[in-house]
Amino acid sequence: MAKTKQQHRKGVIPGWGLTMGFTLTYLSLIVLIPLSVIFLKASTLSWEQFWQIVTTDRVAASLRLSFVSSFIAAAINLVFGLLLTWVLVKYDFPGKRIIDGLIDLPFALPTAVAGISLTAVYAPTGVIGQYLDRFGIEAVYTPLGVVIALTFIGLPFVVRSIQPILHDLDQQYEEAAAVLGANRWQTFWKVILPSLVPAMFTGFSLAFARALGEYGSVVFISGNMPMKTEIAPLLIVTKLEQYDYEGATAIAAIVLIISFFLLFLINYLQWRTSRKYFIH
Amino acid sequence: MPQMGTKTKKQPLVGVHTESAWIRFILTGTALLFVGFFLIIPLITVFTEALKNGLEVYFASVTEPDAQSAIRLTLLTAAIVVPLNFIFGIAAAWCITKFQFPGKTWLITLIDLPFSVSPVIAGLSFVLLFGAQGLLAPVLDSLGLKIIFAVPGIILATLFVTFPFVARELIPVMQAKGSEQEEAALSLGASGWKTFLFVTLPNVKWGILYGVILCNARAMGEFGAVSVVSGHIRGMTNTIPLHVEILYNEYQFTAAFAVASLLAMLAIVTLIVKGVLEWKGVVDGKG
Amino acid sequence: MNITNKRKSKGLFFLLSVITSVALVLSACGSKNESASSSSEGDKKAVELLNVSYDPTREFYQDFNKAFASYWKEKTGQEVTIKQSHGGSGKQARSVIDGLEADVVTLALAYDIDAIADTGLIEKNWQQRLDKNSSPYTSTIVFLVRKGNPKGIKDWDDLVRSDVSIITPNPKTSGGARWNYLAAWGYALKKYGGDEEKAKEFVAKIYKNVPVLDSGARGATTTFVERKIGDVLLAWENEAFLAINELGKDQFEIVVPSVSILAEPPVAVVDKVVDKKGTREVAEEYLKYLYTEEGQELAAKHYYRPTLPKVAEKYKDTFPQLELFTVDELFGGWREAQKKHFDDGGIFDQIYQPK
Repeated sequence: MAKTKQQHRKGVIPGWGLTMGFTLTYLSLIVLIPLSVIFLKASTLSWEQFWQIVTTDRVAASLRLSFVSSFIAAAINLVFGLLLTWVLVKYDFPGKRIIDGLIDLPFALPTAVAGISLTAVYAPTGVIGQYLDRFGIEAVYTPLGVVIALTFIGLPFVVRSIQPILHDLDQQYEEAAAVLGANRWQTFWKVILPSLVPAMFTGFSLAFARALGEYGSVVFISGNMPMKTEIAPLLIVTKLEQYDYEGATAIAAIVLIISFFLLFLINYLQWRTSRKYFIH
Repeated sequence: MPQMGTKTKKQPLVGVHTESAWIRFILTGTALLFVGFFLIIPLITVFTEALKNGLEVYFASVTEPDAQSAIRLTLLTAAIVVPLNFIFGIAAAWCITKFQFPGKTWLITLIDLPFSVSPVIAGLSFVLLFGAQGLLAPVLDSLGLKIIFAVPGIILATLFVTFPFVARELIPVMQAKGSEQEEAALSLGASGWKTFLFVTLPNVKWGILYGVILCNARAMGEFGAVSVVSGHIRGMTNTIPLHVEILYNEYQFTAAFAVASLLAMLAIVTLIVKGVLEWKGVVDGKG
Repeated sequence: MNITNKRKSKGLFFLLSVITSVALVLSACGSKNESASSSSEGDKKAVELLNVSYDPTREFYQDFNKAFASYWKEKTGQEVTIKQSHGGSGKQARSVIDGLEADVVTLALAYDIDAIADTGLIEKNWQQRLDKNSSPYTSTIVFLVRKGNPKGIKDWDDLVRSDVSIITPNPKTSGGARWNYLAAWGYALKKYGGDEEKAKEFVAKIYKNVPVLDSGARGATTTFVERKIGDVLLAWENEAFLAINELGKDQFEIVVPSVSILAEPPVAVVDKVVDKKGTREVAEEYLKYLYTEEGQELAAKHYYRPTLPKVAEKYKDTFPQLELFTVDELFGGWREAQKKHFDDGGIFDQIYQPK
């Protein structure tokens, strides 16, 4: 195993130096250097100050809300996104191409517009909200509203991650499975799904990460009530309004660290599962 | 019709890879319901609001000089940002999927990081770096360069926000493809660039396409980070999303949604582009 | 060996060309911007001002800029164009601190200009440089209620009733909302003869009736007007008038409480910037023009209370008389108020602290 790895690196494929060099340079210039400034700024606080800021009830509540609702939204997207991709790739129905194009809408729409439109739709006076209201479900200005907004903005990640893989998935495997007597469900579960798992992980982690940082659309639909529907990015803005750059960067740093480790975990899992399925 | 081409190619054994009609119906129905709730109804809201006062008002609000300058700035930004992140995406995906090295998961996670950074913080980090009180302020001052509250700042912020798209789309695709084909081409004597152009690229074109589409859409739609570094000067440093916000805050709801609908239409334009590429792909594949 | 070298140099060339093109584009954009904003000598060349302002002044400055441009042209023969930037007051101040080259700032509260002054961009005594604490126009906080005032809301006391739902933005993110909060606090102080504990209880009860804390003033207006949430919107007087005119004359009415706060949105020339750009003369004149009859007329038309007695007299029917207190009188200035009420752990936070 170790030997093949080594061979691989030194093997026939060229471009290691160039691509790795470029990747690291560009990554440092655009992402790492700017982000390190955040930590630099936060580090002007003493450890006690830092700890005090990030453990106050309000900050803790907002972090909890941000992480939990991002997770729920990413999970919803994972399930429905997979279904949607499946339907888009495998079936034919009128209007399919338009729906395919609409998937990117959450990116194209400025987040503020998305927030306003979603609020309008899900408010008790809105197209969908009035029915929810009848069942006593309050969507806007509750944590549910936060989840709705985050689901909206995360959907394209899951669909667009799975789509190319499903698109290119060799029909032969499915056919082979069918010939060998597997029923459709078995084929999906044992043949198709495993090859989609890495892409699903990717989609999930991207949707989750994106949801954590989202500000623009959520502030319109959440109601911003302290302790209840206040998300972490809003607290960052709140600190900035008080010219408290250190406090703002402290919260930002804690969100960054936690999300880095969550992403790391997801990526690690993805790498392991993909090694299992794509070992050569 | 492009679909038909793919369809006939894809369905030699009818019944084997498709479900019974009612399962298909239920799955499609559920998917459409989800899309309806989360995408179509909000989209219709945008367009009905935009056209509430008639086409004339609609065109007036998208052709007004401030809107035009916002559109120009947004296009310029995307034209610079998308190619750069495209090149980065290919380089990163190449070195991550074709080679084994320690710390690979770390690298992938670092590439993901810009997504989880609140856009406000992304903007702020550039302010802390290039702003008047920032770390690089003395250098910029002596060079007479302005980055923040000018176009370069907007481009940098957009680069940051859309940084991972192409790379993240490509990595799973290239990973699924493995390296055998490249190895074969290389052992047959093809050069590295040739192998890349004629073996790798055609293999991952869907991943690239989706990555570029997403990158472009997000580059044009980004609000939070750009808002921090733009300075909101009308007719100068406003992008389309910022212009939408301004209009909205001026109670010009119709105009705001009209300009926003431009961005929604962008999604539909990219769809057409994608359709054309798909169609070309089918034709080339046959010829 | 030869081939790999060639390959490498090709790649390197590619990399280099990418980097140079980025640098070129970035610097081109940068320098273009630079030349656009610094085309101002003392002579008759066209001059450009940047006025960095807060949200509700958009409509007013649109008109005022036109008026000033023709006034300046007539007086000096010089063309002047005024660029506008609007946003939340605190955010705008931060942009100026971080390098947005504003010639003048016209913000929602003195605290934000103080913050700019703290960095040395504006002289510390800025508030004494112009009349009326550098506030050429004023406003106050009023109630916007639904047509016919179904809940019978007449004064601050009605806001603590449990059946009344109030819309006001978050004071921590919105400058306007701080005026709302202080207005309520001031009323309570007067009512309870200066008892701070009672005042805190009163304000806490008001905020208990707030179902949504929007992040900005205009967001709050939208919640009230478009989503039809809440019975009363606490708003700047000019915003309330604007909402009625723009969004539905037949749907809302204004209720003026017995006591409210005198909101003084201040203006200042940004010294460092005007000296660098050589625009001091025109920038100062711009602000002074706000105090002239023409400027005051325009302010009154956009429902800011004029300070010039002559114009105030003319518009006295528009603006109902009520007892007004200032921040300096009751709170000892903005810095004090900010620290005590709105900073982290301040009274506003305590209201929301779980018991």
